[in-house]
Amino acid sequence: MDGWEVVIGMEVHVQPKTLTKMFCGCAVAPLNAPPNTYVCEVCLGLPGVLPVPNRAAVEACLKTALALNCEIPRHTKFDRKNYMYPDLPKGYQISQYDLPMSVDGHLEVGSRKVRIRRVHLEEDTGKLIHAGDKLHKAWESYVDLNRAGVPLMEIVSEPDLRSADEARDYAMELRTLLRTIGASEADMEKGQMRAEPNISIRRPETEEFGVKTELKNINSFRALHRAILYEVDRQTQALESGRTIVQETRGWSESEQRTFSQRSKEFAEDYRYFPEPDIPPLELDRAWIEELRRALPELPSVRRTRLLEHLPAAQVAVIGNDRDLADLFESAVASGAPALATANWIVNEVAPSGKLVSAEYLAELMKMLQDGAITRDSAREVYAESVETGRTPAEIVAEHGYSQVSDESELRVVAAAVIDANPKAVADYRGGKKQAMQALMQDLRKRAPHANPKVANKVLLELLA
Amino acid sequence: MTDDLTQLTIKDAARLLRLGSISSADLVTAHVERIERLDKHVKAYLRFTPEIWERQAKEADRQIREGNAPPLAGIPLAVKDVLCVRGVEATAGSQILRGFKPPYTATAVARLFDAGAVMLGVTNCDEFAMGSSTENSGYFPTHNPWDLDRVPGGSSGGSAAAVAAGEAIVALGTDTGGSIRQPAALCGVVGMKPTYGRVSRYGLIAFASSLDQIGPFARSVDDAAITLALMSGYDPLDATSSNRPGMEILNNSAGSVKGMRLGVPREYYDVAGIEPGVKSAIDAALFILTRAGAEIVDVSLPHTDYGLAAYYIIAPAECSSNLARFDGVRFGLSEVDAPNITEEYLQVRRKGFGTEVRRRVMLGTYALSSGYYDAYYLKAQKVRTLIKRDFDEAFTKCDAIISATSPTVAFPIGSKTQDPLSMYLCDVLTLGGNLAGLPGISVPCGTSDGLPVGLQVLGPQWGESVVFRVARAYEEASEMRAEVATPSPLQGRG
Repeated sequence: MDGWEVVIGMEVHVQPKTLTKMFCGCAVAPLNAPPNTYVCEVCLGLPGVLPVPNRAAVEACLKTALALNCEIPRHTKFDRKNYMYPDLPKGYQISQYDLPMSVDGHLEVGSRKVRIRRVHLEEDTGKLIHAGDKLHKAWESYVDLNRAGVPLMEIVSEPDLRSADEARDYAMELRTLLRTIGASEADMEKGQMRAEPNISIRRPETEEFGVKTELKNINSFRALHRAILYEVDRQTQALESGRTIVQETRGWSESEQRTFSQRSKEFAEDYRYFPEPDIPPLELDRAWIEELRRALPELPSVRRTRLLEHLPAAQVAVIGNDRDLADLFESAVASGAPALATANWIVNEVAPSGKLVSAEYLAELMKMLQDGAITRDSAREVYAESVETGRTPAEIVAEHGYSQVSDESELRVVAAAVIDANPKAVADYRGGKKQAMQALMQDLRKRAPHANPKVANKVLLELLA
Repeated sequence: MTDDLTQLTIKDAARLLRLGSISSADLVTAHVERIERLDKHVKAYLRFTPEIWERQAKEADRQIREGNAPPLAGIPLAVKDVLCVRGVEATAGSQILRGFKPPYTATAVARLFDAGAVMLGVTNCDEFAMGSSTENSGYFPTHNPWDLDRVPGGSSGGSAAAVAAGEAIVALGTDTGGSIRQPAALCGVVGMKPTYGRVSRYGLIAFASSLDQIGPFARSVDDAAITLALMSGYDPLDATSSNRPGMEILNNSAGSVKGMRLGVPREYYDVAGIEPGVKSAIDAALFILTRAGAEIVDVSLPHTDYGLAAYYIIAPAECSSNLARFDGVRFGLSEVDAPNITEEYLQVRRKGFGTEVRRRVMLGTYALSSGYYDAYYLKAQKVRTLIKRDFDEAFTKCDAIISATSPTVAFPIGSKTQDPLSMYLCDVLTLGGNLAGLPGISVPCGTSDGLPVGLQVLGPQWGESVVFRVARAYEEASEMRAEVATPSPLQGRG
């Protein structure tokens, strides 16, 4: 690694949130739908049918382009990318070649400003399932065209990223942005977002780029990170032992945790791009673009800057990267919830479960917790029940008697019982083993789940003294 | 008696149906009988659709009885094999699509069905509409009803021959470089290619998407106009279809030509290879139009010479891509003993496509290849722009453009099959209209050596009504009518 600079550019395919496919009225298939059940004559590429562009997909692409600070030309068009493969029903993919929907944007990732070369719109291909290992050796191959014709945005960056960390952060920031503006769910595990990094290494201070390889089959941020680290290592070893890098596409094997050669650019296909004659060029109406620009929500980078004024960076990293969490936090605080405690609650309790209540309810719960009216354990149960039933935290607390007991005389009775029942721990504690206190508190909480832990602890210490 | 029913125009047939003098069933029966007698010689049809005609004729008769008959109720219709009709085998004249039954109906056809037309069958054509003689059909050639030893023109030769032979009152064709107008001329019927975007292409098995248009064959200009109007207009399934109302075609389409300026492009008038008999028929037509009050003006289309070259880059380029879907995987011909997918593609396409289709796929693939794209495809598109400008310029000096449709009359079967270039030259007067997207019609204009000659009228974009007006005025002044031929093998001129 030493003495080499890593250069990474990213090609990210994102499925915009639409009800129907890119060029036909078929619904977008849910994950794991039975094969070939979300298809029609258009996405099957039967003779005589024609593509009609999906306005919602165009809109999602334009919103994405605007959020990435891209320029949007007055005219754009679709082109045909020609190649024959059984997962491509028409023998060509409708994509965009020389007049994409947008160009020249940027995305800030940490301190790095990553230039965006273009964002364009195209259609997905189908899926092949092979009974054997590879297509040419397989006994049988099956084609599932549910995904054929599903819209895809392709977001292409300049080679501005300099490490695996940066590449992963870029992809994560992109996901946050796409979710914030509502353009896509961008879930990598569900195939709604696919990242294809191209990687080369060079000596620092050199102008020229090294020979690059492009990685495919990456379906998580973790895999993205690992694949890049592996590939950088492979290239470094090759160059340092006097070998050269072949420009090629490499796949990432999740099971073997390594990249492998898929196809060499020596035999690069000639895609014979030409303008799609079945779709007239689109004129991108300026008023429409401005309307979309005005309707964009606050972007994640701006919001994070604002959140950082009130919260530590660790909390902002979670809350600021999810529009729903950030909205919940800010509304709850506006309703009187304590900021830091609420942020901690969201980070530890809400984010992992992904289950959200209304901001008013959360504020109510946070105030009860802060006032010591309920224990943290009770608060968890109240929260879960509120999510499930939609009832207010106050109602639930009242019904279950979750209210916390802070009365010292009542707690002293329980504490005495704890001391009686745990002679060994008591002896340990008195013998100087302060950790023994944990076992005693645990027993106390078991006997009195609604005990205010602070007061109980104080009472227990008094009795032990 | 029944033959009389196969010589009617839509207008006359509709009147007889309305009066109750005949039924739609009678009309169908008369046509079926005539087809049984003649089509073994003409070979206009590839297949017949008795279930459809029985159902549609019954429905038409019911509508007529109830007094709510749509405009084409009961009119026998033939459909070119490139147009999809739900459940009816559609092969684009190719073996590669053998057995393919589309689960949808082309919008243009569906609109004529809604208007009451009764489909008799599917007509023969050059494979994927590539050709000018119908000899490139993957099934058999069609014969010209006026002389069975000659071609009917193409690619919509089956539809033209069906109308000419009294085997349908109206027929649908498609025109990519002249494939409606040229066979109409060679068979002595009316054939109309509308402005690009006038008629939805949904359900038309594409040859060259930016050039293809669907249009009618008929026995009179009025019949062509009403049929075209009924199938025109916006279709949400075709992004290139215009939202202009189809019925605007009929506005002022029946007036006189008095005071109109009709342009005669010198490049068309003196086109290389034009037969003297064709030229004199056109001269006579110009004289008739002048007498009817039109002014003949000299215009120029200076880039005509480059049109053919540009067309034979653009059309093959688009076809090379459009035909990629015929891979044997999902429909049509399928080769099962190939060791791998690449070999399967090769075997299916070698076996399924004819020579001309393979030639054009190769030409188009070459023209789009990296390193050649700029020199061929891009250059051809620039020529296309120049040709459009030529027409724009010409239409500042005239209201419509007049020429022969085809430089020659129908030629003997087999005379051009060994020389593709001479076949390509058949379209030299028509393909400019496709490159520029303009409406054009061919109407019967006398004979040369006993064979029909066609007069072409081209109009500006969306100027169908002007085209119909000139064509109709000529039809009236010349008293020239599309006649029905009754061929017998003995009439062949050997």
